Amino acid sequence: MSGFIQLVVSGLATGAIYALVAVGFALLWQTSQTINFAQGEFVMVPAFFVLVAMKVWGLGYLPSIAIGLVVSALLLGAAFKGLVVEPMLRHGVLPLVISTVALAILMKESVKDFYSSQAQQFPPIVEGTDIEFLGAVVSTQSIAIFFVALGAVALLNWFLSSTLTGRAMQATAQNRAVARILGVDVDRMILYTFLINGLLTALASFLISPIYLAKFTNGETLGLAAFVAAIVGGFNHVRGAVLGGLILGVLDNLAASYVSAQYRAAVPLIVLVVVILFRPQGLLGRVEERSV
Amino acid sequence: MERARLVPLAIAAAVVLALALGPQFLRPSSLYLVSLWAVTAIAAMGLNLTLGYAGQISMAQGAFVGIGAYATAILMQQGVPFPAAFVAAGAICFGVGWLLGYPALRVQHHYLAFVTLAFTTLVYLLLRNEQWLTNGVYGISGIQRPVLFGVSFAKSADYYYFCLGMLAIFLGAMWWMIRSPWGRAFMVLRENPVRAMSLGVDTRRYTLLAFAIGSSIGGFAGGLFAPLVQFLEPGSFSLGYSLSLLLMVIVGGSGYLLGPLVGAMVAVLLPEFLRFTQGYYLLLYAAAVMILMTFCPQGLIGMAERIAAALRRRRTTATTGTH
Repeated sequence: MSGFIQLVVSGLATGAIYALVAVGFALLWQTSQTINFAQGEFVMVPAFFVLVAMKVWGLGYLPSIAIGLVVSALLLGAAFKGLVVEPMLRHGVLPLVISTVALAILMKESVKDFYSSQAQQFPPIVEGTDIEFLGAVVSTQSIAIFFVALGAVALLNWFLSSTLTGRAMQATAQNRAVARILGVDVDRMILYTFLINGLLTALASFLISPIYLAKFTNGETLGLAAFVAAIVGGFNHVRGAVLGGLILGVLDNLAASYVSAQYRAAVPLIVLVVVILFRPQGLLGRVEERSV
Repeated sequence: MERARLVPLAIAAAVVLALALGPQFLRPSSLYLVSLWAVTAIAAMGLNLTLGYAGQISMAQGAFVGIGAYATAILMQQGVPFPAAFVAAGAICFGVGWLLGYPALRVQHHYLAFVTLAFTTLVYLLLRNEQWLTNGVYGISGIQRPVLFGVSFAKSADYYYFCLGMLAIFLGAMWWMIRSPWGRAFMVLRENPVRAMSLGVDTRRYTLLAFAIGSSIGGFAGGLFAPLVQFLEPGSFSLGYSLSLLLMVIVGGSGYLLGPLVGAMVAVLLPEFLRFTQGYYLLLYAAAVMILMTFCPQGLIGMAERIAAALRRRRTTATTGTH
C-alpha cells in the first residue's frame, strides 16, 4: 500500500508537468489551429537555455531561470509564431504539421551539435528530502513540483477567466470573426497564446529536467505525453488537459510497476487509441464546443 | 509544346541509362545506397497512395516496412522461399493496414495522425520485446539474398538490378492504379469526401482500401529491405523512420507519381554527396524542409512544375510580343 501511495504521488508530480505542456498544446490548437509536433522539443530546449546561462556565462540559478523564461517566450513563442506558423496558415493543416515535425528535428540536432549529446545534470527547484506521508516515503521535490505546476495552471485559469485580456483571448478562441467585430485585437491575442505556450513549456522544462536530466532526445516522450494528455482530457478545455496530464502521469507510474516495465510506454498509447475511438471529444470535452 | 514534353522524356531516359550502367562505375557502397533508395522509394510510394492520393495522413508507414521486413526474414529462416515470404509480407501488411484504416473512418487529420503514431510506437515495442519471435534487441542477422528460378541475386550488383526492377514494377502498377476507377475514387476521397459519397462512392470501403494497399506496398518494401541489409533490428523501425518517410513524401511532392522517388533521393542519396556537411546534414535538411513548406508545400516536383509553367509563360509572352 505504501508503495502504491509513493507511485501515485510521484505520478501526480510528473502528471502535473504533463498537464502544463498539454494545456499549452491545447491553447495553441484553439486559437490558431496549430498542431505543434515539436511541443516535446519545446520542453526539452529551455533547460539548455538555462544551462548556457549558468555554465557559459556563469550566472546563478534564479537569473538563469529568468533568462530561460524570457528567451523561451521570445523564441518558442514569438519567433515560432512569426517565422513558422504565420507564413504557413494559408496552406492548411498538413504543411504546418510537416513543418513542426521538421522543427522538432532541427531543435534536437541543434542541441546535439552545439551543446552536447550527453545527458546533463540540472539543478532542482528545491533540495529533495524524504518525508513520511500515510506510511509512505514521499520526496518533497515531488510535492513542490506538483504545487508549482498546478499553481501555474491555476494562475493561467484565473488570467483567462477574470481579466479583460484573458476574456478577449477566450473570445478569440471561440469565434475569431465575432471577436474581431467586438473590437478584440485578434492578432495580439494569438501572439499572447504563443507567448503563454512558450512560458508553460519552459516551466515544464525546469521542473522535469532535474528528474530525467536534460538530454536532446527528451522531447520524444514528452511530446507524446502532451498529445495523449490533451486528447484524453479533451482538446478544448484547460481542465481537460490538466485531468489528462494527471491521469497519464499516475497511469504511467502504475503501469511500470504493476503491468510490465517493457510495455510501460504502451499503456498510455492504448488509452489514447481507445479514447480517440470511443470518445474523441475527450473525457471532459463536449462535441463541437470550443472554450478555453 | 513539343519541347516541353521532350525535356522530361530526355531526363527520364538519361536517368534510366545511368541506373542501368550503375554497376560499371559505382563502388559497392554506392550500389548499396542506390538499392536502398529504390526500396525506400517503394515504401514512400505506398504512403503517397494513402496520403497524397486518398488524403489520409499516416505516421505508420515505417512500422509497415518493419512488419514486412521481419515477416520476410522470419519466414525465410523457417525455410520458406523468398517469393512466398515476400508475398506473405505484403499480405500481412494489407490485413493490418485494413484494420488500421478503421480509426480513419471515425476520426480525421490530427487524430488520425496520433492513432497511427501510437500504432508505430506499439509495433516498435512488440519488435523489441517479443524476443521469441523477433530476437529482440539482438536482431536477426544472416538474412539470405533471394534465388529466383535458379538465378541467384546474392551479389550486390545483381540485387541492385532486382531492387530497381521491383521499383519499375511498382511504379508501373501505381501509374495504372491512379488512372483506374480506384485511383479516381481515392482522389475524390481526398478532394471532397461528402461529394464522393453523394456520387455513390463507397467511401468506407475506399478509405480502408487506401490504407490497406498503401500499407501492403510498405510491407513489400520491407520484404526487399530485409535481404538488402541482411540484418534487422527494432531500432530501424522506430517512430523516426515513419516520420522520415512522411517527410520524403511531402518533400518530393505528395500526390505526384514521381514525388516519392525524388523525396527518397533527397533523404537517402543526397547525404552521401553532402559529406562535407558532416554531422550537420540533418540540421540543414530540417531547415530546408521548413523553408520548402513555407514557400511551396507542393514539394520539389510541385516547385519544378511551377518553374516550368513560369518559363513557358515567359516564352509565350516573348513570342507574342515580337509579333
